[in-house]
Amino acid sequence: MSSTVIPFGPQHPVLPEPLHIKLVMEDENIVDAIPAIGYVHRGLEKLTETKEFTQNVFVVERVCGICSVMHAMAYCQGIEELMNIEVPDRAKFLRVIWAELHRMHSHLLWLGLLADAFGFESLFMQVWRDREKVMDIMEETAGARVVISANTIGGTRRDLTKEQMVKINVTVDEIKHDIQQVEAVFLNNYTVKHRLVGRGILSKADAIELCAVGPMARAAGIPMDLRTTGYSAYGQLDFEPVTHSDGDNYARTYVRLHEVYQSIDLIKQAIAKIPDGEHVAPFKGNPPKGEVISRVEQPRGEVLYYLRANGTKNLERLRLRTPTFQNIPSLIKMLPGSQLADVPLLILTIDPCISCTER
Amino acid sequence: MGIISKSRKKSPWVIHYDCTSCNGCDIEVLACLTPLYDAERLGIINVGNPKHADILLVTGSANKRNAHVLKNIYNQMPDPKVVVAIGACACTGGIFRECYNVMGGIENVIPVDVFVPGCCARPEAIIDGIVQGIGKLDEKADAMKDEGK
Repeated sequence: MSSTVIPFGPQHPVLPEPLHIKLVMEDENIVDAIPAIGYVHRGLEKLTETKEFTQNVFVVERVCGICSVMHAMAYCQGIEELMNIEVPDRAKFLRVIWAELHRMHSHLLWLGLLADAFGFESLFMQVWRDREKVMDIMEETAGARVVISANTIGGTRRDLTKEQMVKINVTVDEIKHDIQQVEAVFLNNYTVKHRLVGRGILSKADAIELCAVGPMARAAGIPMDLRTTGYSAYGQLDFEPVTHSDGDNYARTYVRLHEVYQSIDLIKQAIAKIPDGEHVAPFKGNPPKGEVISRVEQPRGEVLYYLRANGTKNLERLRLRTPTFQNIPSLIKMLPGSQLADVPLLILTIDPCISCTER
Repeated sequence: MGIISKSRKKSPWVIHYDCTSCNGCDIEVLACLTPLYDAERLGIINVGNPKHADILLVTGSANKRNAHVLKNIYNQMPDPKVVVAIGACACTGGIFRECYNVMGGIENVIPVDVFVPGCCARPEAIIDGIVQGIGKLDEKADAMKDEGK
């Protein structure tokens, strides 16, 4: 049978970002998928070499607006390790609270986009309305909605007052109630399940071989979550990674939906356990000669920062590897054999963040 | 007012293209369309096809690879059309203006009518930018009429 090549992207209604995939088709079935990237490449890693290491916090936050807190967190943790800065306990808990709020907004955003991808417009609107409550908390506590600049080297730039924490506690409860309302639609609705169950299967063996990370790996049954290594204040909180065994679209939806509940639980635990004290530690001088690797768990999986300093105020090298880069091989594995109508959903279920990947 | 100019004014259709944005402005553009900010009450609908669109919302700065994609989308839109540059990156290149692969603001690639500043631009500012764009759309339509097109 002769094959047809269909270009998917870079401008496509289902993707907020430009990703280009050439789909080689036989009838409705995909036989091959060739990704092409580079539409969002800016040269951010080179830029960080010309800025001071304190300014770089703001640069790495703009690697990706959706997980900006985690990028800044990974970078700050790296510099702190390099310079031997003791971060106050309160700052660690504050970082966890903001990071988990960010994870919530990212997962809710994804659930909305998923609903939009299978054509359930009102569900998309519903989830995004619930997400605005998280954005309101961010604005109230940090002064901005998306890129909130909460982290700084040695701690956090702001502190939370008691009243703000009470309010966060009440609001996350409200969000939990709201998400419970839509949970049944995502997980039990006949039509929705028809689009999700059994589509885009990534087996556990494939996930290990292709180095899938984050919800992709957890949905395939690998309980891999960097938060369990106990960085920041996660070591003092009680949680288990959310996993599912099927590895299909449904499993990935299940994992992300339940991670919203997990984040709510973590925020409540952190607020209950947060100690009094300073929220930022002072430091002097430049990072000494040396190199360090810093890893944190982002909404999309593990991000790795490699920093090399030479004793001056500029870093010699900053290299980052982002979760979407890790997950694209799994996507290319899932695409052949599926139908054209499922392509938007398959691409969406890896939760692609192209601006992270290309920087 | 004829039916075309009336519907253009009352219900402009927008298309969104992300150049090299960090996603911050993109998700704020989407947030504009959702219930809290609800740009649809102004008749604004997000479409995927440039041939249906009146207003092009661009986030992020242009780079060497996406410049022709942006030009392509712009050229496919029917006249009259308006371009709204959203966020510091789309206006001037923002924090990335010194990067080796960034050509600066999208003004270097296509003509821009409205600039919305901010990093990230707030939904209120984006809606304000779109509403100003509707005014520009009207002026352009009148100019076309005078030319007899």
